[in-house]
Amino acid sequence: MEKQRERGQLALLLLPSTLWLGLFFLAPLGIILVISLVQRGGPVAWQLDGSAYVRLLDPLHLKIFLRSLTLAVLTTFVCLLVGYPLAYYIAQRPPRLRHLLHFFVLLPLWANSLVLTYAWMVLLRPEGFFDSLLHALGFAEPISLLYTPTAVVIGLVYWYLPFMVYPLYGSIEKFDFTLIEAAHDLGATRFQAFRKVLLPLTMPGVMAGSLLVFISALGTFVVPALLGGDKTLMWGNLIQQRFLSTPQDWPLGAALSLAMMLFMSVGIWFYFRVNRESA
Amino acid sequence: MKKYAIVAGVVIVFGVAVWLMYVNPFSTSPRAVTPQLAKELHLFIWSNYLDPTVKTDFEKEFGVKVIEDNFASNEDLLAKLQAGGSGYDVIVPSDYMVQIMRKQNLLAPLDLKNIANFKNINQSFKNLDFDPGNQFSMPYMWGTTGIGYNKKKASAPPTSWADLFDPAKLEPYKGRISMLDDAREAIGAALIYLGFSPNTTNEKELEAAKQVLIKQKPFVAKYDSESFRDSLAANEVILAHGWTGDIAAAKVANPDIEFVIPKEGSLTFLDNLAIPKTSKNQYTAEVFINYLLRPEISAKIVNLRRYASPNDAAKSLIQPEILNSATYSRPEGIKLYWLQDLGPAGDLYEKIWTEIKGQ
Repeated sequence: MEKQRERGQLALLLLPSTLWLGLFFLAPLGIILVISLVQRGGPVAWQLDGSAYVRLLDPLHLKIFLRSLTLAVLTTFVCLLVGYPLAYYIAQRPPRLRHLLHFFVLLPLWANSLVLTYAWMVLLRPEGFFDSLLHALGFAEPISLLYTPTAVVIGLVYWYLPFMVYPLYGSIEKFDFTLIEAAHDLGATRFQAFRKVLLPLTMPGVMAGSLLVFISALGTFVVPALLGGDKTLMWGNLIQQRFLSTPQDWPLGAALSLAMMLFMSVGIWFYFRVNRESA
Repeated sequence: MKKYAIVAGVVIVFGVAVWLMYVNPFSTSPRAVTPQLAKELHLFIWSNYLDPTVKTDFEKEFGVKVIEDNFASNEDLLAKLQAGGSGYDVIVPSDYMVQIMRKQNLLAPLDLKNIANFKNINQSFKNLDFDPGNQFSMPYMWGTTGIGYNKKKASAPPTSWADLFDPAKLEPYKGRISMLDDAREAIGAALIYLGFSPNTTNEKELEAAKQVLIKQKPFVAKYDSESFRDSLAANEVILAHGWTGDIAAAKVANPDIEFVIPKEGSLTFLDNLAIPKTSKNQYTAEVFINYLLRPEISAKIVNLRRYASPNDAAKSLIQPEILNSATYSRPEGIKLYWLQDLGPAGDLYEKIWTEIKGQ
């Protein structure tokens, strides 16, 4: 009796999240699956048909996928290189300064990201801020970063850096710094202490941050469209175009989305497996 | 087990609810055609193609709030309309797109009784092939495609499509060229450069045009139909494949900007006001279209946006410097093509364009 009531309460408590998941995750996923399996029409003809998956195998899509992958990996890597020292620095400050630094990391998330991207366009464009600065410093060759893959990576790192810094900070903050002293006492160099002690113990943060940044960067389409001049097509742009632009092909767009989700699910599954084994 | 059944039941119920919300096969949605003004009107138009004060003035006079949304190419407009339930009341398709939409039964026939200002339109813009008798569309503005350039930064003024496509001539402009992000426009320009028709469906000719655009790509800064005029005015790009009005607007901001129609010929277009079949405010839409065809309103839009007007009655109200500018007239002796509806072959252009942009 008691147990049954507990169960009932639990079901009631879980109802909102179940509804949420059902309404905004499972139902749309089902609709996407259905759309991927019907015929292309204006926009879809309700006729069972698997040809969207044949169209998915276009070599062009592979090329765009590899480009997305490269840019996402590069973005994750740069975020890690920039984010780790930053998180480490913040974790070592006294509490009051820490709060202030937190605030600065979060600050870009407060402004509209589209406006910030436009700001980057002004900074990066030929005869823009950076170009003029370099010119004033004596570099004769004009550099034009805007509308290059480099600009896309710069924009993506800027967008997603907070998502890297936070999980890292969480891990590093919990780290017991006396362990480093112990390592030194045992004769480890600074690099050895980092590689053998600090890094392994903060690996969960590294993995979580990398995963967050990688997944977000892989699916993005606004930054490549604006900072890449719409010529560095990424997987997200491809999906967006199949739905809202031309050649309109909803079944193919749905199949592209599912392929991306499948790829990420495999990646996350792998991540959990590795995590469990190392734990 | 029972728990899972409950969860599954909830998911299915909400799935169906979402389905009904968006697709609703049971809805008959009769179109209310009452001569009563709606409170709101949804306008779907090219970016930078209307004077914003027109919207507020219309609201002041008729009490109808105009809500504007923008698209970047005819194909984008078609895609949104085909998706159904677009919610738009007035759209602005170009000539060949009116033909495509008519064929696909996407447009509502116009009641000319409500659009008395149609009489202001120049005869040569009425009753054209894409819409005989103007049953579905009213001429809005027209223009030509060409090359906008910065005369201080360009080594020599461009005169030919070769100045935009020949890699041997592009080295000084590397990363400073903007191309229209529009399959028919970009591939059409490459086809004209090669001496072919911009309406060809010959696969060999299209393949040649594709190669031209792929060879040009390393020099291109961006594919963009919406903000190339700002890039040109800000010296961000030196050469811009673009439309007359936008280039003229760039010249207002930066006097170094000039415009040329390449000697091999180019594309010309007439954009039209039309009403999607799904609109529930057809009468209000017609009142708005009639309002846009008033001489003073047409002239106001032209004075800001600098595209050419088919409205004869507006001519005396347009600034003379605009009427006399290079971007307002059709040059003598240069062949101008209209784009045509190519039927299913139109998809080929889109496919090639995706391949070029995905390179």
